[in-house]
Amino acid sequence: MIVLVARDEAMTSTNHEHEHEVNMAEPIKTEKTSYQGQMHLLQKEIMGRYFDQLTRAAEKGEGKAAYMLISGNPVEIVHAFDMIPVYPEINALQLAVKKAALPFILKAEEIGYSMDNCAYVKADIGLFLGDRKTAFATIPLPSLILCNYVGCNVYLQWFEHLAEHCDGEIYNLDVPFLRDPSGVPSKEDVEYVVRQLEEVIEICERLTGKKLDWAKLKKIVAISGETGELWSKIKALTKHVPSPFDNYFDSVTMMAPLYCLRGTEDGLRFFETALKEMEEKVRLGIGPLPEERYRFVIEGPPPWPYLRTFRDMFAKWGAVAVASTYSTVGGIWEFGFKHDPNHPLESIAQHMLQWNVTNRNFLQRYEQIARYIKEWSADALVIHSVKSCRLFSAGQGDMREYFTKELGVPTLLIESDIEDPRYFSEAQLKNRIDAFFESLEHRKLVRDKQAAGGNA
Amino acid sequence: MIYAAGIDVGSTQTKGIIIDQDQRIIARALGMTGANVTRAGANCFNEALKLANVKREDVRYVVGTGYGRYKVTFGDAQITEISCHARGAFYLFPNTKTVIDMGGQDAKGIKVGEGGEVKDFVMNDKCAAGTGRFLGSAAEALMLNLDDIGDLSLKAKNPVRLTTVCTVFVESDIMSYLAQNKKVEDILGGVHSAIAARTISLVRRVGIEPEVTFTGGVSRNIGMVRALEEKLGLKLNVSPDSHYVGALGASIFALERALAADSSLGSGLSSSTRNPELETRN
Repeated sequence: MIVLVARDEAMTSTNHEHEHEVNMAEPIKTEKTSYQGQMHLLQKEIMGRYFDQLTRAAEKGEGKAAYMLISGNPVEIVHAFDMIPVYPEINALQLAVKKAALPFILKAEEIGYSMDNCAYVKADIGLFLGDRKTAFATIPLPSLILCNYVGCNVYLQWFEHLAEHCDGEIYNLDVPFLRDPSGVPSKEDVEYVVRQLEEVIEICERLTGKKLDWAKLKKIVAISGETGELWSKIKALTKHVPSPFDNYFDSVTMMAPLYCLRGTEDGLRFFETALKEMEEKVRLGIGPLPEERYRFVIEGPPPWPYLRTFRDMFAKWGAVAVASTYSTVGGIWEFGFKHDPNHPLESIAQHMLQWNVTNRNFLQRYEQIARYIKEWSADALVIHSVKSCRLFSAGQGDMREYFTKELGVPTLLIESDIEDPRYFSEAQLKNRIDAFFESLEHRKLVRDKQAAGGNA
Repeated sequence: MIYAAGIDVGSTQTKGIIIDQDQRIIARALGMTGANVTRAGANCFNEALKLANVKREDVRYVVGTGYGRYKVTFGDAQITEISCHARGAFYLFPNTKTVIDMGGQDAKGIKVGEGGEVKDFVMNDKCAAGTGRFLGSAAEALMLNLDDIGDLSLKAKNPVRLTTVCTVFVESDIMSYLAQNKKVEDILGGVHSAIAARTISLVRRVGIEPEVTFTGGVSRNIGMVRALEEKLGLKLNVSPDSHYVGALGASIFALERALAADSSLGSGLSSSTRNPELETRN
């Protein structure tokens, strides 16, 4: 699956059709608070530098690009060779955020991709087969196509198809799925991945003409460890009431540097700044909305083409996402994992195998969500199912049943897409979301009444 | 005497209900929604006022519901039809635990709580299978009036087995049965049976607990009532006002708010569903 980021548009884009809507039922005003702080400016600055680096690589041949997928990747090795990580998923989602994806999707469909195919794949393939120029960067051709297809076999074909259309060398990392009920990979699984990482190192040495500097790799791995730890501290802050930020809609802003710049000084500095800013918000009792009425956990990636519209559907109810599984597709640090510079390849392998949501089995996904609901004191679960990604969405019907019927957690299942604007039905989504919060509102009133009665 | 109104602007039809402060229905109005959603809501409300012989200013509170609820610009608040159907069904049949609602483009299942509130719900997604529109397509393919197909379907002796529940492809499916000289009533029997099965599998996701109340425009179709009853093995609550349940629920929410706002009138009603935050006056 998928993932992330949005230079700044995801946070600031407005949706004009909204402004004309007669919307008298809004219980809470949704104007922005003073949330656009230093963190956003810094994110814009460092991500801007990253995208400029891509453009220079594409247009001036400065540096060698390595294509990778977000979930469970060995970006530390790529950085150790001073190669530039490029994420086709980010290309796709940036196009979606800028509402520019559809022509590329249609182009891919013209050459034979099915309507039902993942739209991330289609948008990126459509872009790749053209001049690779976008509003945010020109995407360089790859020297290395490193397919770490954790949790998604469609991505294997995606990267193979990219390889057919360029001279980049492809390497498929085979990361075994977490199949043991314990959720812990076997020693053999770890060794199997480490052996492949050694092969990746050999390829990088050949492509760059330099030997791996182990001291440099260890330093990068140490920075990744510190970055992950800062990120986990930031995410723990959303346990506070009110939550200092939305751990879904705002987390995507932090996911960009986490993935593109993990293991770099820029990335580390960003997370130090973000932590300070969030701690300050906790101290001041500031949240992303004027009033936090509901705390929810959300499963599934966001609808990038309509992110703002989607966010407003929750904001009007004073609903804040306090935790999200999507923010863990590129790695789970909040439950104690930290990259270890003394065992660089082993800890990269552990991260790829065990510490990202897409390589986990379904029961572990349940467990992760259940922990969020309990430890982050959430009122409800929202599952956003996406048509593009059947691998991520399959089983979400059962998930809904499990949480409503087994755990008694009010759960809403809604559907649209991460990339393809044709699958976003605003009226239908709004209807379901409004009805869901109307029923939560009722529960809240009954609970408040009982509490008042109990005190009387 | 004060009054309250509920206007349900659905995808196909607009329904309006006016009730008095004792919760008695004093007017029902029905019209096609068409392209101008605001006008459809306003026309329906005016029609209801005329039928009720009530002045606009005596209607203290208006709740809009249905897909066009945000276009009920003369209303005081909007509430989804999911909450309204639960509330309306609870008003008509106080023992309702499950609502099956079949409208023009929606089919939904609602689990109803002790006070008529929504405990859980499921709806059809991105597909009109199992909705009024499907039956409309079937009627069109057979060149029959939509109001007649329910009765006809009850005459089926050997209902056909439809290969699709797709609203678009059902027409070609029906054509192929006609080409095989199947009887119209057997085809209609198959149509109703397929839709009932599809709807039940949807509603089972929230759990089907009696009493079950069947609401929405399709509940006027006796063939669908029987098909659902047969498959569920229980009797459905169906009111002559089933078609108006969304508007009715909206009018009850409206009355609760009107009474709550004017406490001098007193209120024998539960205010448990009241959401003060929603009371955004024009």
